[in-house]
Amino acid sequence: MLDVLQNLALGFSVALSPPVLFYAFVGCVIGTLVGVLPGVGPLAGISLLLPATFGMDATRAIVMLAGIYYGAMYGGSTTSILMRIPGEAASVMTCIDGYAMARRGRAGAALAIAAVGSYVAGTVSVVGLMVMAPPLARVALRFGPPEQLALLLLGLLVLAYMSSGSMLKALAMAALGLLLGTIGIDQMTGYMRYVYGVVELGDGLGVVPVAVGLFGVAEILATAGAPTPPAVIKPRLRELLPSRDEWRQSTWPIARGTVLGFLVGILPGSAHIIASFVSYAVEKRVSRRPQDFGHGAVAGVAGPESANNSATSGAFVPMLALGVPSGPIPAVMLAALMVHGVAPGPLLVHNQPALFWGFIASMYVGNVMLLILNLPLVGLFVNILRVPYPYLYPAVLVFSILGVYAVNGSVVDVWIMLIMGVLGYVLRKLDFETAPIVLGVVLAPLIELSLRQSLAMSDGRYAIFVEHRIAAALLAAGLGLVLLNLYTFARRGLDWRARMALAEKGDSP
Amino acid sequence: MSVGRVSGIGLAVLALLVLEETWRQRLPLGSVASPGPAYFPGVLAVLLLAAGLAVAALGGGPRVASLEWGEWRHGVAIFAACAFCALALERLGYRVTIFIALGFLVRVVERKSPAATLAFAAALALGTFWLFDTLLRVPLPRGAFGF
Repeated sequence: MLDVLQNLALGFSVALSPPVLFYAFVGCVIGTLVGVLPGVGPLAGISLLLPATFGMDATRAIVMLAGIYYGAMYGGSTTSILMRIPGEAASVMTCIDGYAMARRGRAGAALAIAAVGSYVAGTVSVVGLMVMAPPLARVALRFGPPEQLALLLLGLLVLAYMSSGSMLKALAMAALGLLLGTIGIDQMTGYMRYVYGVVELGDGLGVVPVAVGLFGVAEILATAGAPTPPAVIKPRLRELLPSRDEWRQSTWPIARGTVLGFLVGILPGSAHIIASFVSYAVEKRVSRRPQDFGHGAVAGVAGPESANNSATSGAFVPMLALGVPSGPIPAVMLAALMVHGVAPGPLLVHNQPALFWGFIASMYVGNVMLLILNLPLVGLFVNILRVPYPYLYPAVLVFSILGVYAVNGSVVDVWIMLIMGVLGYVLRKLDFETAPIVLGVVLAPLIELSLRQSLAMSDGRYAIFVEHRIAAALLAAGLGLVLLNLYTFARRGLDWRARMALAEKGDSP
Repeated sequence: MSVGRVSGIGLAVLALLVLEETWRQRLPLGSVASPGPAYFPGVLAVLLLAAGLAVAALGGGPRVASLEWGEWRHGVAIFAACAFCALALERLGYRVTIFIALGFLVRVVERKSPAATLAFAAALALGTFWLFDTLLRVPLPRGAFGF
């Protein structure tokens, strides 16, 4: 422990040096901007700015890129809460309750809770990264394709089970999302699936156009022409900060989201997106008032926002400890290290202690910077709600089109967003939830690849999922959830979700 | 018919279309032990078919005829403006396309004054171009005259 503290002192001596401090600040500002703008996510932000770091030394470069990464996680919640447009894919779940809070005049509170939750998660998870990186990285390496498939299937089932409406409808939406996720080149054989000659579809449907369409555009289609369009909200100063009760309601969700996000973040895949979905599902399950979810539950903002920020630190565990990236963003950052002649891997901490510990310490400093940067901006951001809706929604549409186009520079993505907007609008009318579709699009390539890799490993034997203990335990938990639901159905009783759905419609069970 | 029944039938029809398309594209199915590119979509389509039929069988929800679609005119106008953007973005350039789309939405759909429309559309089209293209170096399309 003394070693850790000594190393951390070395790290702070690096991180608090004016040049490193400056680049951390630049990274945080750009990251916040990247997160606030819909569509332009952390991956695009980091990729665009990677060439700009070539002239810097390795520590400054990695500190700035990390600042963009967790800055984007902070900023991503802003448009989700104010306009129901996910700033980046990990903020999809924040759209649901964050936007509902904003419509109730609690936008400032939602933004402040998101910022503080992100700060707590970011800071605590750095402690985890510092202390537990090597052993956790070894555990993460035991997650082969069978374990990953089991975990992903469990995640889907948990989300379906926790949805407020019928589990059957949620599963149907998840299946639809998974089907949409199969569009594009088959990763194992190179076959083109359902692309109809559109080359841009070869890479599959992007998560950003799907999420912005299903949430942002669908919301505009449903509300712009309503007999009573959303009223202009004029937040007062004392309404900008959360009440004591809202702080109390957010404490445990932030704690749970932090731990959950960190653990999920270590695992390969789009961890920060999955972490926020799982956190939302967990919060709904443990809540004493699950009926509040979807109508402005504080935990529905605090949990997912903490989880996606914590997952960013978790993603650095295998990257720093083993030199193995757990997703596309750590992969780009790993490339940045290699460009600067730094060999990532288990020896990094011994060979480059100033870089390793300077990076860790800069994450503490960066989180403080982001809190200082974001909390005062809450008052500025909520003023967006003062804009009359006939001007607000065209502006939101422009930002959606712009953000979606900017990801790949392709109008095909704009069309996808538009089609998803219409689909989301119709599904809302028919009382379907659209979040499982987004999760399905994220998970489909991961699930298919891990299934086929598992079968390739076992020479086609499905017993591999039982022989691997972790996979078997995860699958058993998933089976338990399905059986629990079937049992309720067989008894023809109404479970809490069905009762909730009826209560929302004003019927008594 | 109830909303549940109609949506369930819709999902089942979609699943059948996916199965038909998978067969039409002649994607190799592979085997249970060694799945091919058609295997995963095929299984998902069957799952969607089953879920759709179950939703249809259970029915539930209000009658479809009772659903309110009063906002459809606005919806069509918004869809048309977005479709115009997708079609014109790389032909007319970002600034001209967004200016026209905003002008249509604010002036024609929302019936705001010409001066307010002009100021709003010009400020947003030019402002967002400056923010993304000039400041953030995100390349946005330019039209025939480089505008």
